[in-house]
Amino acid sequence: MAFTTSKHPTGVLIVEVEGQLIVGNRQELKATIQQALDNGERKLLVDFAKTGYIDSSGLGALVSISKKVREQGGELRLSGLNEDLRSLFELTKLDTLFAIADDTAQALVGF
Amino acid sequence: MEIALRIPSEVSLIEEVVELVARHCFAGWDPSRRVQFRFRVALSEALANAMVYGNGQEPALHVEVRAECLPDALHIHVTDEGPGFDPASVRDPVMPDDLELPCGRGLFLIRNLMDDVRFTPPGNSICMTLRRT
Repeated sequence: MAFTTSKHPTGVLIVEVEGQLIVGNRQELKATIQQALDNGERKLLVDFAKTGYIDSSGLGALVSISKKVREQGGELRLSGLNEDLRSLFELTKLDTLFAIADDTAQALVGF
Repeated sequence: MEIALRIPSEVSLIEEVVELVARHCFAGWDPSRRVQFRFRVALSEALANAMVYGNGQEPALHVEVRAECLPDALHIHVTDEGPGFDPASVRDPVMPDDLELPCGRGLFLIRNLMDDVRFTPPGNSICMTLRRT
């Protein structure tokens, strides 16, 4: 389980979730995003192309992060969800809350 | 085949326990990626609920996992040492006003990912069934 951050030339901070996003590491993701916000980042993309599964705590962390980013005038997008991961967002209706792109290239368009 | 584990309420153990039980349950079977995903998310969720809500993340309290791997189905039992709860009191978290709540989706996911879900009174033990076909 790891979170890797990289800055795209367009100014978007990309956070890759490798492994799982679950109750055991969700605080780490929240801290990573908070640190980015504190550093002035306002365009954030969380990419799940290397993610195995997400539990409800992980989904909850994304909801909290989304709210925090919005409150600070930023924008959060998600990308790289495979069919299984996307089904979790659809089941919980969170697909209506997030901007979800197929991959990072698509997510970066117009960001 | 059956596997039984007794683990302390440490959420950092969840991923490892899920993989251990998955390896045991999937031995000699080649389930689809979708089935494996449903299994892993539901078990991860049940363990998290047991540790966090059932046992209050008290490491001295344990969670028992028992997986029965039958020819037609997997039955996964997860039991905590807490007082239990009434699963009927947990409402679905998909109403528009609830979407931004940071919690409350765990049981909903389990119910939607598994083929059958039952609780044993007083609600501190869940049995999740995943059919093989």
